[in-house]
Amino acid sequence: MRLIVHNMLTCNIKGVVNKFPLRIEAEKVIKKEVDFNPDFLRHMLAKIEWKALVDGARSMGYTELPDQLESEESYSFLKKFHHALLELHLEEGSLVCQETGRKFPVEKGVPNMLLHEDEV
Amino acid sequence: MSTRPELLAPPEIFYDDSEARKYTSSSRIVEIQARLSERALELLALPEDDVPRFLLDIGCGSGLSGETISENGHHWIGLDISASMLNVAVEREVEGDLLLGDMGQGLGLRAGVIDGAISISAVQWLCNADKSSHEPRLRLKAFFGSLYRCLSRGARAVFQVYPESIAQRELILGQALKAGFGGGLVVDYPHSTKKRKEFLVLTCGSVPTSINDGHKDSDDDDDDSEDEENGMVCVSDRNRPRKKQRTNKKGKGREWVLRKKEQSRRKGNDVPADSKYTARKRKSRF
Repeated sequence: MRLIVHNMLTCNIKGVVNKFPLRIEAEKVIKKEVDFNPDFLRHMLAKIEWKALVDGARSMGYTELPDQLESEESYSFLKKFHHALLELHLEEGSLVCQETGRKFPVEKGVPNMLLHEDEV
Repeated sequence: MSTRPELLAPPEIFYDDSEARKYTSSSRIVEIQARLSERALELLALPEDDVPRFLLDIGCGSGLSGETISENGHHWIGLDISASMLNVAVEREVEGDLLLGDMGQGLGLRAGVIDGAISISAVQWLCNADKSSHEPRLRLKAFFGSLYRCLSRGARAVFQVYPESIAQRELILGQALKAGFGGGLVVDYPHSTKKRKEFLVLTCGSVPTSINDGHKDSDDDDDDSEDEENGMVCVSDRNRPRKKQRTNKKGKGREWVLRKKEQSRRKGNDVPADSKYTARKRKSRF
């Protein structure tokens, strides 16, 4: 699971108010190179929740992202953004709902978001 | 089709490890999935500005349709309920991010983040009540509601479906419209039982500029713009039937005749060429 997905995922349990973001508990993180495409990165910048991205990256071990979104999108900024968004993979670990503490396990890079019967 | 898979077992049980492997290694299925995915991507009508988009593949399975998305240069999230199918996708190292989840529980994605969604042969699974606690209508409502929320303004969702019946198709379309979607059905090759494919094209927000016409059978298979025969030949005033003569308002029409001739040609028979005289209205005495 990459941060681009984590930044979109919410806790789907019925009745939960604070559903975003899910806290990341990382056990195994790997890096996979992806082609750098500034057009796509700019397109995504509008959709990203920046604080969630910074916190998520930090829990995966990447601390290079600036705390605030830079207004001028310099090349070095876009490279860091690219790395955090698309090149960090959470292979093993879990995603934790901030409100209920429910853990969604991540195995082989795939988060298990299936809800139990009583959570729907 | 002999038996529909969704009548045999819920998807997470039907698509176990061996079925998942069989599905993915069948070259026929791989080819069909690729073709359906290409067509679905076409119907998404994404802007042609070479900017990769962020798409959702609902019921992504082993990633066959996702590969088509990657080949077209877009990033995607794939959702599926079968862990076995997703394992195959992981093995094949697909480029999209995968989620193990149940679309009938709602997608759980933030508002307005997805640029488009496709689904190949998956949505009809929602119409079956696999557990006693399932009520298909509620699951469809949760699915379409959450999908509508997570799509950005002007984005589309294209579902290739094999509905079991007209009632099932109405159920799916009805729930989609209730969730706020606009759009309708695109049918490719409507006259061929083998080639017929249905695509539900849903739009979110702005009015679509055009919903594509379905592909029709013609000599050049994929030529969308080719003009085809159109309905019945008009009866001219001079030949207006009098009360005494047999009125021929119903009749088989030019379209039917041309279709039959084509069928006969495919069988290998010697059929006269089609011309402007084909199925021309004859004088009533014939």
